[in-house]
Amino acid sequence: MFDKAELVFLLPELTLLGLACLTLLADAFSKAPHKVFTCWLAQLSLLIVATLVFYQRPEAALSLLQGHFVLDPLAVLLKVAICLLAVVAFFYACDYFKARGPLQGEGFVLGLFAVLGMLIMVSARSLLTVYLGLELMSLSLYAMVAMNRDSGAASEAAVKYFVLGALASGILLYGISILYGASGTLFLPELAAHISARAGTDLFLVFGLVFVIVGVAFKLGAVPFHSWVPDVYEGAPTAVTLFLASAPKVAAVAMAIRLLMDGMEPLRPDWREMLMIMAALSLVAGNLIALAQTNIKRMLAYSTIAHVGFLLLGLLPGPGEPGHGYAGALFYVIVYAVMSMSAFGLIVLLGGKDHEADQLDDFKGLAESSPWFAFIALLVMFSLAGVPPFAGFWAKWFVLREVIAIGYLWLAVLAVIFSVVGAYYYLRVVKLMYFDPPPEGPAAIGGTWILRTVASLNGLALLLLGFMPERLMDACVRALGF
Amino acid sequence: MAQPLPILSLLIWGPIIGGLLVLRAGSLRQLRTARAFALLVALSTLALSLLLCARFDPAAPLMQFVEHAVWIQTFNIHYHLGVDGISVPLILLTTFTTVLGMAAGWEAITNRLAQYMAAFLILEGLMIGVFASLDAILFYFFWEAMLIPMFLIIGVWGGPGRVYAAVKFFLYTFLGSVFMLVALLYLYSRMGSFYILDLHLLPLPLEAQTWLFLAFLAAFAVKVPMWPVHTWLPDAHVEAPTGGSVILAAVMLKMGGYGFLRLSLPIAPDASAALAGFMVALSLIAIVYIGLVALVQQDLKKLIAYSSVSHMGFATLGFFMVFFIADDPSWSVRGAVLALEGGMMQMISHGFVSAALFLCVGVLYDRLRSRQIADYGGVANSMPVFASLMMLFALANAGLPGTSGFVGEFLVILGSFQANVWIAAAAATILILGAAYTLWMYKRVVFGAAANERVAALPDVSRREALLLLLPAAAVLFLGLWPLPLFEIMEPSINRLLEHILQSKVP
Repeated sequence: MFDKAELVFLLPELTLLGLACLTLLADAFSKAPHKVFTCWLAQLSLLIVATLVFYQRPEAALSLLQGHFVLDPLAVLLKVAICLLAVVAFFYACDYFKARGPLQGEGFVLGLFAVLGMLIMVSARSLLTVYLGLELMSLSLYAMVAMNRDSGAASEAAVKYFVLGALASGILLYGISILYGASGTLFLPELAAHISARAGTDLFLVFGLVFVIVGVAFKLGAVPFHSWVPDVYEGAPTAVTLFLASAPKVAAVAMAIRLLMDGMEPLRPDWREMLMIMAALSLVAGNLIALAQTNIKRMLAYSTIAHVGFLLLGLLPGPGEPGHGYAGALFYVIVYAVMSMSAFGLIVLLGGKDHEADQLDDFKGLAESSPWFAFIALLVMFSLAGVPPFAGFWAKWFVLREVIAIGYLWLAVLAVIFSVVGAYYYLRVVKLMYFDPPPEGPAAIGGTWILRTVASLNGLALLLLGFMPERLMDACVRALGF
Repeated sequence: MAQPLPILSLLIWGPIIGGLLVLRAGSLRQLRTARAFALLVALSTLALSLLLCARFDPAAPLMQFVEHAVWIQTFNIHYHLGVDGISVPLILLTTFTTVLGMAAGWEAITNRLAQYMAAFLILEGLMIGVFASLDAILFYFFWEAMLIPMFLIIGVWGGPGRVYAAVKFFLYTFLGSVFMLVALLYLYSRMGSFYILDLHLLPLPLEAQTWLFLAFLAAFAVKVPMWPVHTWLPDAHVEAPTGGSVILAAVMLKMGGYGFLRLSLPIAPDASAALAGFMVALSLIAIVYIGLVALVQQDLKKLIAYSSVSHMGFATLGFFMVFFIADDPSWSVRGAVLALEGGMMQMISHGFVSAALFLCVGVLYDRLRSRQIADYGGVANSMPVFASLMMLFALANAGLPGTSGFVGEFLVILGSFQANVWIAAAAATILILGAAYTLWMYKRVVFGAAANERVAALPDVSRREALLLLLPAAAVLFLGLWPLPLFEIMEPSINRLLEHILQSKVP
């Protein structure tokens, strides 16, 4: 069927599959107090996979499995990022469920399968592989959102997520079928070749393109396909929200890149304008609606939508134009994932067994009750707002620089104006922490020492990246072959 | 030039690292040590900046004390520091007023003292970074980062309306600055470099220059602040603690002026010339209209805040009168130099005078917990030493000859006369208005019979406060009587700047 020599390049995915099954078995045979080992095993698996990916990085793009699968520098960068992000997210999740109970090992197994789906998406070279990876990821995520089966809010969020997600997948699949019908090929490069061979715009192809864009925009959470984001973010257990907002975003960007850049580059004039409109809408709507939120998870959900607007801006530059292509978007999404993990991680940290710290008021007076974590939260908020010297500044900077390089000054101006609007609600969190007195009663920071350490390092990483963004920037630029 | 000591880096990172160390202090005894340590750091930074000043060679061309390292290779961003005659006085002003600001909070700040001291030290380092950066992105990095400690200073230690004031301050300045970021990125897309001196040389068509100028204007006009984007200033000043007001007035506002000289004028000289009339008009409105607004203030801090806007209008007037003066063939470039130097001088002098006036208000506020002019009266009876010191600053604010306030105003008016008598006449109203609102305020607060028992019972300045006020008093008199050393430092750089901006960059 296929060349056995290729197996070695598929080792990371195969290993992850094997280890996920092993984790599932180990979990099934472990008693309640030892469930934490499931988490550790899952994290170890991810680290092994990340190492394998890193040591197998190819010089040039390798096409595998008769062209359904590709291993290129872009895939390596994003796979390593996804694995590492998931490792950190599992730290938070382990502590979260341990404190609130029950700590179910299935969650981590589902997480591993979700990561496997992401890795497949990242390496997709055909329409089918994209869809396979996407569904593996999405189905795992739906179940993860419903992990707290006794919680009404979580079940509601899971149902919403599932129904809307399934609809979006259906739309995407419909688009894929149209593209297949129009071009007769499933492979992305062949699809691109087919499109460019046809002179002029083919309405049929554009029709398929629109469906694909809708699917991608839904998974990213861009306006006007964003309505699931706030409900799911709010309803899901915070640790799951944290996971949703990190690694899957990276995978969604990868999907957009594979489908649009690899598969439909010749249709760029068509989809670029669609992305522009969605980017502008996301920036405007996300930032404005976030202003009115009192639930911090919802606020961060709308802030995610605004950040997706920036991300889409980063996807505008194409090859052959001045600048570094979509490297800005890669940098942005990785930095964003680190930032949002840190933000949700603080909510995990502030909450306790019977109390979820998901209201903005839960941050009141944090500077007095816990100066250190108030400082960490300050880092995160200013980083999300894009103020130097934090990583978020460079993320915005990079995207703006690429957008300006290709001449869309007005988009850059729009983006910066709405990032000032966005700064307001991040400032509000800082205000609550630093300017308001703490509420009555004992305010204790929860979490084990592991969680505290992880949350601190997560926040400090933003500061470090703010002063030394070069490594990551270079990695992103090189992933595109510059 | 071989540099044995990285003075600029020490000036920037010394206070920042010192500030982070101070943050660790917890218990009360540690707090006292931390406070002393913080002051020690600020004093050594001041000493270091004096060394910088002493070693600075005015005659040497271009930048001095240059430090250079690659920061982000991919985008040609460098850690590039250097100073010329325009930035050295401002760095000195920064280190000087930081000491004042910290000393002002010595006893008045009781909650989170370590964080207060740390915020000041970090702020100091970042401000020096702005004045010393030669790379535009590094400049922007410091420029924006600075907002964070200032935001906290106003919001944590400010008055009752501090939250509103802090958020307004942050959003106003942030909104202005982001346009500058877009402008810098646009320049980079044309030039491939962020080195500020490279950007100066980039030829640009007038239209592009105009947009760039407006983008820079958004950033700098808010900082200066120019009318009509000055409204954050009275709020921020009134609510900030004394030390915060001192830094805001003395240094932060100067960053706007510095930005004009370092970026706007040299990068977009043709647009600056084309829009000079507009800028002069804005400056005159600030001088006259805001001067009138200051006249009717009931709140001491608000009055000084509005007076700051008016005085800074004078600095921008000086910067942009240059183009009118240079247009007139009957006058040499010499006249234009006067206006620019006057503007710079005005900035430095205003830094000392406004800082000192805010300290004076702080002294009164610490005693009576009121900033209303009506609550005072006859302070001279109970606080004679304070009254005489404050008189010096009031007179300097009014521009009395012999004080530093006079020098800058005189030069700008002298320069303006060469171009347009009417503008000069309008500008000269600052002397009348300034005298009116300052001296009237002074009269109502200090002279007359003691207004009430609490005023009559006021203790005079303590030794710490007296020292605190004597330092700027010495500076004000020194600059007023013998401004020559300052001019010697500035002149070559200003001449070069002028030469540069009077040449067209339109290709």
